[in-house]
Amino acid sequence: MKIQSVFLTLCLVLSPGVLLAGIEAKPFDDPGKERLYNQLVADLRCLVCQNQNLADSNAELAVDLRRQVAEMVTRGDTGQQVSDYMVERYGEFVLYRPPLSSRTAVLWLGPLLALLLALFIAWRITGNRQSTELGGVSEDDIARARDLLNK
Amino acid sequence: MIRYVIPAVLFAVLVGFLYVGLDLNPREVPSPFIGKTAPAFELPELGNSERKLTPEDMKGQVWLLNVWATWCPGCRQEHDTLLRLSQQNIAPIIGFDYKDEPDKALAWLRQLGNPYLLVVEDLDGRAAIDWGVYGAPETFIIDAAGIVRYKFIGPLNDAAVAQDIVPWIEKLKAEAKS
Repeated sequence: MKIQSVFLTLCLVLSPGVLLAGIEAKPFDDPGKERLYNQLVADLRCLVCQNQNLADSNAELAVDLRRQVAEMVTRGDTGQQVSDYMVERYGEFVLYRPPLSSRTAVLWLGPLLALLLALFIAWRITGNRQSTELGGVSEDDIARARDLLNK
Repeated sequence: MIRYVIPAVLFAVLVGFLYVGLDLNPREVPSPFIGKTAPAFELPELGNSERKLTPEDMKGQVWLLNVWATWCPGCRQEHDTLLRLSQQNIAPIIGFDYKDEPDKALAWLRQLGNPYLLVVEDLDGRAAIDWGVYGAPETFIIDAAGIVRYKFIGPLNDAAVAQDIVPWIEKLKAEAKS
């Protein structure tokens, strides 16, 4: 019974990987190319299902584009050449990591600016609170408050 | 005073961004081909694979490339609009049958009518990648010099044809004459 359930659990856990491997095994002659391929399909957006990358998507177009990437990598193209090829056809939108340029500056620097702004506001608020709380209270009052608390 | 103004301004900016975002369609990815020479292909005619067509063959006239397929519901939706556009006879429409089954595509044209001057078939979708196609239907307008000038994404309707497509065709034809 126990062995059976362990076996079934293993089947469940392992099957998605097996399934994916069954759909597309792309043979590469060297591991460097395979790594490049995997990195590229993870960083390119599927245009049909826009919040998925090429690696995760099963849309027809994603299958075609994966084939294209595999062919280019196999014939020895660099990652840059593959990205350029895609950008030429689909625009910078295909890149999950668009290059830093004047058009993408807000995208890249926006979160940092928001963080700095938040830190600044937090600093202002806490700073103000400390100064008003301690500034308006005399030493005697604090001593009295401490006495009361200790009673 | 200022402590109320700053959050109010930030809120207003946020609302502004969200409001603009409401009207944006994330499926409309601007085509990087606008203003560039039409990407080359050499594809067989649907039902007559002996005959090949390349964009070069269309040089000298303003023409439309309409990407469609029988598996594409939006293409069925725009088909009648395309038929009416072709009846106006203002510019040839070349059909680009995208990853389709030729038999089904021919039957579709027989049943529903054929708005195309000619249909090419892209069985494996490679030429479509070169044109940056990411979903049918898509319609390109190419000028007489062979440059892609406009792209319409999604199913055409009569209003879009009257407001966008026809004015573009007329503008490009006027350009070609001058």
